[in-house]
Amino acid sequence: MNNYNTKTLVIDDSVYETGLTKKYLSRKTYKPVDHKIVNAFIPGLIQKVFVKVGDKVKAGDRLLILEAMKMQNIVNAPVGGIIRVVPKEGILVKKNELLVVLE
Amino acid sequence: MSLKQKLLDLFKRIEKAQTGGGTKAIEKQVAMGKMPARERITTLLDRDSFHEYDLFVEHKCADFDMDKKKLPADGVITGTGSIAGHPIGIFAQDFTVAGGSLGLMHARKITKIMDHSIKMGIPLIGINDSGGARIQEGVNSLAGYGEIFYRNTMASGVIPQISVILGPCAGGAVYSPALTDFVFVVDKISKMFITGPEVIKTVLGEEISMEDLGGARVHTEITGNAHFFAESEQECFQQIKKLVSFIPWNNKKKADPLPPRPPKSNYNVENIIPLDPKKPYDIRDVIKSICDDSDFFEIQKSWAANIVIGFARLNGETIGIVGNQPLVLAGVLDVDSSDKAARFIRYCDAFNIPLVTLVDLPGYLPGIDQEHAGVIRHGAKILYAYSEATVPKITVILRKAYGGGYIAMCSRHLGADFVFAWPSAEIAVMGPEGAANIIFKAEIAGADDPDEMRKQKVLEYTEKFANPYIAAANGHVDSIINPSETREFLIHAITVSENKSEVRAFRKHGIPPF
Repeated sequence: MNNYNTKTLVIDDSVYETGLTKKYLSRKTYKPVDHKIVNAFIPGLIQKVFVKVGDKVKAGDRLLILEAMKMQNIVNAPVGGIIRVVPKEGILVKKNELLVVLE
Repeated sequence: MSLKQKLLDLFKRIEKAQTGGGTKAIEKQVAMGKMPARERITTLLDRDSFHEYDLFVEHKCADFDMDKKKLPADGVITGTGSIAGHPIGIFAQDFTVAGGSLGLMHARKITKIMDHSIKMGIPLIGINDSGGARIQEGVNSLAGYGEIFYRNTMASGVIPQISVILGPCAGGAVYSPALTDFVFVVDKISKMFITGPEVIKTVLGEEISMEDLGGARVHTEITGNAHFFAESEQECFQQIKKLVSFIPWNNKKKADPLPPRPPKSNYNVENIIPLDPKKPYDIRDVIKSICDDSDFFEIQKSWAANIVIGFARLNGETIGIVGNQPLVLAGVLDVDSSDKAARFIRYCDAFNIPLVTLVDLPGYLPGIDQEHAGVIRHGAKILYAYSEATVPKITVILRKAYGGGYIAMCSRHLGADFVFAWPSAEIAVMGPEGAANIIFKAEIAGADDPDEMRKQKVLEYTEKFANPYIAAANGHVDSIINPSETREFLIHAITVSENKSEVRAFRKHGIPPF
């Protein structure tokens, strides 16, 4: 019988001896989405900020314009709340960089 | 001018056009480890079989001083020839001519040989080596791409289409190979991506090399865009020749048979599978113990390796094999393996290649990443592909066939013509541990020694249900066979399926879960 370099995988309470793929091993653990934190969905330029710290906003209110891919993308508040953090106008942000925190 | 003079003039013209981008550019190409385009064609095809067309085609662009530029053959070589006697249509982009850039006439040469191949019912091989659209030709080069994509789609399932990536193939250009049946790549030579490292850096601020973004290994191991990986162009051409030997010229024909040959004696089917369903083995050893000359031509070897697909021969006839691979992720179905198998099943169905399915899987892979990646939608592809296929479908259940995995792997219920099972088969709604934990939950929880009770109940369930006889009693399995008879049963099943015909309700086309 061949000897394989195997690990284990549990399916329906059964433990299987098997190889694991790179993709399987590098899968990301799930993190629930926190709607009070707004991250940059694309890298770009903070062209304009409509709100300041302490402002009360409703879900859907305009927060800022993130210019990317030759498009002025309007970023809206996903939920209502009080603004705790806003970015400066004119700065470049990376993908997933923190933009706005609501409370 | 006498005929002799005319001939001399013709030879001069041919020679001039055939120099492509000139000696310097060709030297540069060779220095990159790449063969010149015409040499690629003559190396791949049977000796002296290549006949070239449209050598004197010229571009018509007048903008940006292009009217002063001569581009020999407009940067692409087209023609017909043969591989081991099989007629073939072929084009090869010539990187030495304006970087193999695609203008309207370049594209029209390609579409012409495509139309030809479709009409003649012969396979088409495209060798891609191009910097992309010829920017000077503007929207006309986009038109060229579009006309190629349209024909790729029209030819799909009518004639075999093979793409060979022997250089850059970037931007919109990659969608032609993506629409074809098989994509061949060569290490360090092939580069495929929609947006290159430069654009990604400017727009996203992410840095990556061309090789890491879209090199041959990436497409073989990560994206699944490529079907065959080779270390060199020579090796790649050998792979293409082998593939061509397994497939028919077109969808009205069957693949040419070879003289039957028995499997090699060092693959003994009875010694491969451990009886413990939780222990792994290499399904390819089982395949090699069954097929002619133990010659299995695997496709997409390094991507979604939990399922194995490829061509082999039984009694000389080409068959397509789909098998779960217990050696990788216990052979589960997941997003990628469903995708991989489904496309291959549709290929075999389109080209009259009988399907043999070897089953040993615990089910679908559980996980949030799988659910969120759409395992419902992707997993459905394999159900669709098997149900839709009308070629002979023969299934052999070797060991585990649990739950949704059992249904998906060409069960009787999806239209398998023959379902055989080995005595080691366990055809059940789920594995004994999981089933016992659910069915005997109360008994286990209420026992003085729950672990002992669980063990006992698992054993009880295993003895009663982890076998092929309940499925056989219901007619879901046709025969329970001695593993050593597998080849003989398969050959017989394919022989009696020779004239299989299935009538389906008229429809324009189905709506598979793409």
